[in-house]
Amino acid sequence: MSLAVRVIPCLDVDNGRVVKGVNFVNLRDAGDPVELALAYGQAGADELVYLDITASSGNRETTYDMVRRTADQLFIPLTVGGGVRAVDDVDRLLRAGADKVGINTAGLSNPDLITQAARKFGNQCIVLSVDVRRADTESGFEATTHGGRQSSGRDALEWITEAVERGAGEVLLNSMDADGTKNGYDLDLIHVVRERVGVPVIASGGAGKLEDFAPALSAGADAVLAASVFHFGELTIRDVKSELKRSGFTVRD
Amino acid sequence: MPDIVVFDYGSGNVRSAQRALETTGAHVTITSDFDAALAADGLFVPGVGAFGACAQQLRSVRGDQIIERRLAGGRPVMGICVGMQVFFDSGTEHGTLVPGINQWPGQVVELKADVLPHMGWNTVTAAQKSAMFQGISDERFYFVHSFAVTQWELDVSGAFTPPLVTWSHYGQDFVAAVENGPLWATQFHPEKSGDAGLQLLANWVAYVESVK
Repeated sequence: MSLAVRVIPCLDVDNGRVVKGVNFVNLRDAGDPVELALAYGQAGADELVYLDITASSGNRETTYDMVRRTADQLFIPLTVGGGVRAVDDVDRLLRAGADKVGINTAGLSNPDLITQAARKFGNQCIVLSVDVRRADTESGFEATTHGGRQSSGRDALEWITEAVERGAGEVLLNSMDADGTKNGYDLDLIHVVRERVGVPVIASGGAGKLEDFAPALSAGADAVLAASVFHFGELTIRDVKSELKRSGFTVRD
Repeated sequence: MPDIVVFDYGSGNVRSAQRALETTGAHVTITSDFDAALAADGLFVPGVGAFGACAQQLRSVRGDQIIERRLAGGRPVMGICVGMQVFFDSGTEHGTLVPGINQWPGQVVELKADVLPHMGWNTVTAAQKSAMFQGISDERFYFVHSFAVTQWELDVSGAFTPPLVTWSHYGQDFVAAVENGPLWATQFHPEKSGDAGLQLLANWVAYVESVK
């Protein structure tokens, strides 16, 4: 009897449509995040993450509608991140049916947002989403903003520690160095963050093959997230879980 | 099918609870209206955030009175997550005791574990003859919480039916679910636990229908 490690697909969504091509068979509309979400639910996903990359802040209604339509049909946890700037944004996402809300860039410029949101809605639904790259800082890692395009000027480990102290109940740890390489997760990064904080850590960025997942969990992650390898059908959730089971981890069948 | 009220007394995701309950065929309304919550065939009490704030918000809309009156009349109430925790007599928060609504003796305490919150899919040891877990075996449920009840204290005797207590384990054993007459509760989120969770909700709705 023990807690299962989590395998989490992530969908990048722009204006209510899935970006990055999706190559799933048997989908009526492969660009519809809701349909894809339901397919992942059937395929054994333990949770789902929507990363909303819609540039215009005027189109939040599209996002809420997408969350509502998903939550109406998918009965596993849903995290929504991207474009969350105020406590009211968190409230609206939760009311639309999100279980957890990711705070990234806005948290760096306004750390009090994390404090306020955690106080109001509870630590369990506030996820610190952080895009990290290697840099000449104290820990050797810095936090970036705007999807990894800009330096925040802050040491990543120091920022993650602060955000957890402020009430973030989970860390979605995305390595910008590993992201897109398919060469595996940044294990050093996972390890140093695990040593520092006592909340669950989701490893993100770099998954390319079946053997990449177990080392991230051994390095201290509680969950593994991937996007393209799942979307293109290179790996299925069940393949990943079978491999993790073989490596001695407990999974949800 | 029965009328269910999802009690809306704070913030958070009440929509998923509504939709999940609707899959059972029940008619579901989200409201904090006193009369509606009292009149419903079943009252579903979600809850997120801190114990003290949750208990306080519940009292501010007279939820404690609604629950008290419903239970006195044998009318079903089901609490979820912190909505279950507040049924106990107290919770600890930053080292001090905060009162709950005191349907069950016992304290809600922080779990002793390396990583908190306890977040994800865990197994349970279902109570014998449980109606809640009927037709469900070897399934995992989705938990997200840092606090829990680690000691069940209610001792009944004589003519009363003993409560059915279901346990789980994370760092230590804790109460995962309770069936106590018309008062049911789960520490996990059935509305987020996939097909197993929907089956559990269907079991509750069937119970609500049976005592309607």
